[in-house]
Amino acid sequence: MNNTDTIKHVKGESLFVDDFTLHEGTLHAAVFDSTIAHGKIKRLDVSKALDFSGVRAVLTSKDIPGENQIGNIISDETLLAEDEVRFIGEPIALIIADTAEIARSAREKIEIEFEELPVIINPREAYEKGNLIAAPVTFSMGDVDKVWDECDLVLEDKVEIGGQEHLYLETQGAIAIPTEGGGMKIVSSTQSPTAVQRVAARILNLPMHKIEVDVLRLGGAFGGKEDQATAWAVMTALAAYKLGKPVKLVLQREEDLRMTGKRHPYSADFKIGVNTEGKILAYEATYYQNAGAVADLSTAILERTLFHATNSYYIPNVKATGISCRTNLPPNTAFRGFGGPQGMFVIESAIHNAARKLNIPVYEIQRKNLIKDGDKFYYGQQIKNSNAQRCFNEAVTEFNLSQTEDEIRKFNSSNHYVKKGIALMPVCFGISFTSSFLNQASALVHVYTDGSVSVSTAAIEMGQGVNQKIRNVVANTFSINVSRVKVETTNTTRIANTSPTAASSGADLNGNAAVIASKNILERLKAHAVKEIGESNPDLVEIKNEKIFYDGKPTKLTWEELVWKTYFNRISLSSHAYYATPDIYFDRKINQGSPFAYHVYGTAIIVSKVDCLRGRYEIESVNVVHDFGESIDTKIDLGQVEGGIVQGIGWLTVEELVQNKEGKLLSNSLSTYKVPDIYSIPKEMKILFLKDSKNKYGPFNSKAIGEPPFMYGIAAYFSIINAMNEFRDNSGMEISAPITPEKVLLNLHQPVKTESTAR
Amino acid sequence: MQEKLHFVLNNEEISGEFNVSSTLLSFIRETKKLTGTKLVCREGDCGACTVLVGELNNGEVKYKTVTSCIYPLAKVNGKHIVTIEGINGVELTPVQNEFVNEGATQCGFCTPGFIMSLTWYLITHTNYTIEEAINALGGNICRCTGYASIIRSAENVIKSLKDGNSNGGETLRKLIKLNVLPEYFTDIKIRLQQINEKIAAETDSKPYQILVGGGTDLYVQRFDKVVKSNIGLTEHLSKAYIREDGNLIKISGNMTFEQFKESGIIKKYFPRLQQQLNLVASLPIRNSATISGNIVNASPIGDLTIILLALDASLILSDGKNERKVKLKDFYKGYKLLDKSEDEIITEIFFSLDFGNHNLNFEKVSKRTYLDIASVNSTMFIAHSEGKINLCRISAGGVAPVPLLLKNTSEFLSGKEIGNAVIEEALEIVQSEISPISDVRGSEEYKRLLLNQLIKAHFIELFPQSVNIAELV
Repeated sequence: MNNTDTIKHVKGESLFVDDFTLHEGTLHAAVFDSTIAHGKIKRLDVSKALDFSGVRAVLTSKDIPGENQIGNIISDETLLAEDEVRFIGEPIALIIADTAEIARSAREKIEIEFEELPVIINPREAYEKGNLIAAPVTFSMGDVDKVWDECDLVLEDKVEIGGQEHLYLETQGAIAIPTEGGGMKIVSSTQSPTAVQRVAARILNLPMHKIEVDVLRLGGAFGGKEDQATAWAVMTALAAYKLGKPVKLVLQREEDLRMTGKRHPYSADFKIGVNTEGKILAYEATYYQNAGAVADLSTAILERTLFHATNSYYIPNVKATGISCRTNLPPNTAFRGFGGPQGMFVIESAIHNAARKLNIPVYEIQRKNLIKDGDKFYYGQQIKNSNAQRCFNEAVTEFNLSQTEDEIRKFNSSNHYVKKGIALMPVCFGISFTSSFLNQASALVHVYTDGSVSVSTAAIEMGQGVNQKIRNVVANTFSINVSRVKVETTNTTRIANTSPTAASSGADLNGNAAVIASKNILERLKAHAVKEIGESNPDLVEIKNEKIFYDGKPTKLTWEELVWKTYFNRISLSSHAYYATPDIYFDRKINQGSPFAYHVYGTAIIVSKVDCLRGRYEIESVNVVHDFGESIDTKIDLGQVEGGIVQGIGWLTVEELVQNKEGKLLSNSLSTYKVPDIYSIPKEMKILFLKDSKNKYGPFNSKAIGEPPFMYGIAAYFSIINAMNEFRDNSGMEISAPITPEKVLLNLHQPVKTESTAR
Repeated sequence: MQEKLHFVLNNEEISGEFNVSSTLLSFIRETKKLTGTKLVCREGDCGACTVLVGELNNGEVKYKTVTSCIYPLAKVNGKHIVTIEGINGVELTPVQNEFVNEGATQCGFCTPGFIMSLTWYLITHTNYTIEEAINALGGNICRCTGYASIIRSAENVIKSLKDGNSNGGETLRKLIKLNVLPEYFTDIKIRLQQINEKIAAETDSKPYQILVGGGTDLYVQRFDKVVKSNIGLTEHLSKAYIREDGNLIKISGNMTFEQFKESGIIKKYFPRLQQQLNLVASLPIRNSATISGNIVNASPIGDLTIILLALDASLILSDGKNERKVKLKDFYKGYKLLDKSEDEIITEIFFSLDFGNHNLNFEKVSKRTYLDIASVNSTMFIAHSEGKINLCRISAGGVAPVPLLLKNTSEFLSGKEIGNAVIEEALEIVQSEISPISDVRGSEEYKRLLLNQLIKAHFIELFPQSVNIAELV
């Protein structure tokens, strides 16, 4: 099946925030933001902007009726800056005008003076100066310090990991419409409708029931609209509240790039101890997370880094410390993988370097240390139903690793400056929000009298196909044609207290809730069916393809007739149901517990080709064995894997965020920040579905899919490094992602001697 | 600037006074409320706003793709504009159908742009290949799918149309029968002819403040100013041409990159450029961007300028009354400073090819290989006989405040025998001629190294037998 929206998409009929027909009199907002990365606001004069023809209001923090606070985990973020600004792009004022163009022109008339304060953009510098978001957190098992001496090889190094711009194609935006009785309806492009509702209520000093948030679909999000869609939605609500008119705000691309946070850059130190057979005995890592100016979701993201510090490997002695460092960049935020990719990149770097030193293949170390059932994660969780080894071994055999290696050797020996390299990447990714309380969802299912079905859940459709998966599981539960099932917008009046659609959990949590709601109705239908057919045992009633069977024999009842007759006999055809993931807990006092319902496994093999003359590279092939569980929808799941891999490759290759030392983003447009295009994707991509994998926590035995494939992209980095090594020994090369063509070339060749460098 | 326009938007004839300095996209989305065409980057870098522009050419309607977010509305006069709404019918088109079959949409924001680009390919080509189809999609960015399902869709649609239409040759009638295009396309030619007669009858050229070629730089760099100014169009100045005149090649300033790339003369004399020019911008941008625009934009890294520098091109500048000639290499006086008065425009670019046996090679390295601005680019034009260089000109972009002709290096190489030692010696001269700075496209150190490597690449590409590649790289 396809994403529910596909037919609308291909006809250009799908609506996004910027496409909605506006109520008459809708006003438009623009955000006036800080031009410096750190300073005190000495003077702010908006009078000239107010005088601008067509401007209706200019709002600052003083105009907020409630609390000027939008922080989610930690209350450290204002909606509009008060007396200090902490990053370039921090919102200070909101201009509301008849058109967006007028609002933006008027923005130029606002006068502001700052007293500039020192700017920090490097997380290690922030750490040294004590600028932390929260106290450092350590996860540990065993005692690394006792083991180093027993290791045949102990290696230490430093790793730099760049951030990543989400580049959801639809920029941030929202429309707020005042409703009768002083309420507010907000149409928002958000992954977290409840966050928008809660924060709007706080800012406006209203009870949450006065705020209705409605979400149709998102034009991409990838985590970038989990916490960071809130501010813009709440700004429209504030303006609409103040002016009593609908207000729309859609960020322009350059505003979105400037004002919103990205994937966290990390700087990390690692120490790894191995024996000559390649067994990892001890691993220690310290992560300096570049959080940006305020907490946002940084502490939760850092925690997931710590959960994935050893990726797919069992290591008996582990010490992983995470430090969230406050810098003067826009608040970095959730992005597919949520800190996991950074954790995995560091351990893979350590293994890569250790293998080089031991002169054994990297995959030997990877293979020898893969987790298996009976092992325990260093954070206390018992490993069950592990498919790490199966995925790895199948990848090696199905894709004929040794033959591929032979071909690469032949190619390299017959080419002077074009070289190929290969790398493997096993992935083990934990599924569940690591903040256990978020692992809950509810669903509202209505069966209408014509047999059509309406489903509301907390899930947000942002391209990942969650609506289609929910349609599938509801249709399967009733055994009716999927075309009878419609998934509604996500709306806080229908589904309250929603968790964000994030952590790959949308289909699991909401799908399970929808199944429960459907089963509730199904039971009532069956109970009534026996009356209609003059039988007694509802348990013997079964619906198969819209026909009603009793004790395995067909009856005269159809789905539509049964629905109508059940209604006619005054039996409810609606159900609101609730699901909370069982068996999970985590004690943050001791950092031990069982935080994940299950893990997703897989292994990728990536081959790349580097033009060592020019420093350019291509990804030749990506071959993957992935553990989907029993996929609810293979087409959607395949799309998630392919898209995730390409995004992961982008993160570690061409996607380079560049800031100057004043904290200004230089890669601030699509002409300077490059994401993969159709030419830069792997020439060949094969995804094998691991067979015989079941998962009782996912609807119909499925597994979550959104994030895990992203991390296969890590193999692209190491395949390029390995190809470079075929041209010139590059051991000792700085570990620094992304591996841009610039870094490739500078690491392959001696710098050019010039008069200026000679001096 | 309000001006009269007559054109066809999808199946609707539009006539009236409009702000012609504004963009086609804002007309489509804001005036006509056709929201299938999306705004994403407003710099032609993503293709979400791709539409088709059809114009009469020798009695036929020729379509091309443009990025409507930076396409001046003035340019639609007398043309047929097709948005996603304009190809929608009761049934899905084969392109739409295969996107559905392969699940080639996720969030859907980029999808209409992809559909338009692939549809364009189908209606303008005959013997379909997947490589060409991918080239047609080179300007479209998708952040969700990783393109694999999109490529599968393109493969399927090509195959299905080949099967359904084994004769090849996509006449309009066949395309309509195959449901690639809706029925109303049949009448577009006649409607455009009628419209253009109307336009010809009422033409009155108004004074302008800004002259726009393709608009692909102006609308990116000075959007707010241009949309509020009176604009003129270089396409109104003359019909675009490229022609041989004795031993000179003459090119009109308003020629687009794509016209240049696809011209018989360029294919004949510089066969390597066919492939290499794919590295320049993307097809929708090449369809709009003009050569004179590239030159006057004065970006130190302009790809076409770098090629023309190595050809030692000259410019004809005209202020409407007087004409004068200036060498391209003397045209740049400093960063974005030109030997050109406000009133002057480049009407023609010409260069000589009277050098016997010659070769030209263009090299470009950018962060992303396609649709990216170079970190460093370079062209080498070389005339040679029996391994001896008779004349050599090497240009380089991204290594100085202006697009640079490496005069000393070029002079040094002329008269030499091709070989590693000569190249190595030349590279030392190169380094004394350039002054790159560190910026978002790379550090100074990188750009210095990269230019050396690209010059080595020129020789390796053109004279693999005359150099010791293993040692040179």
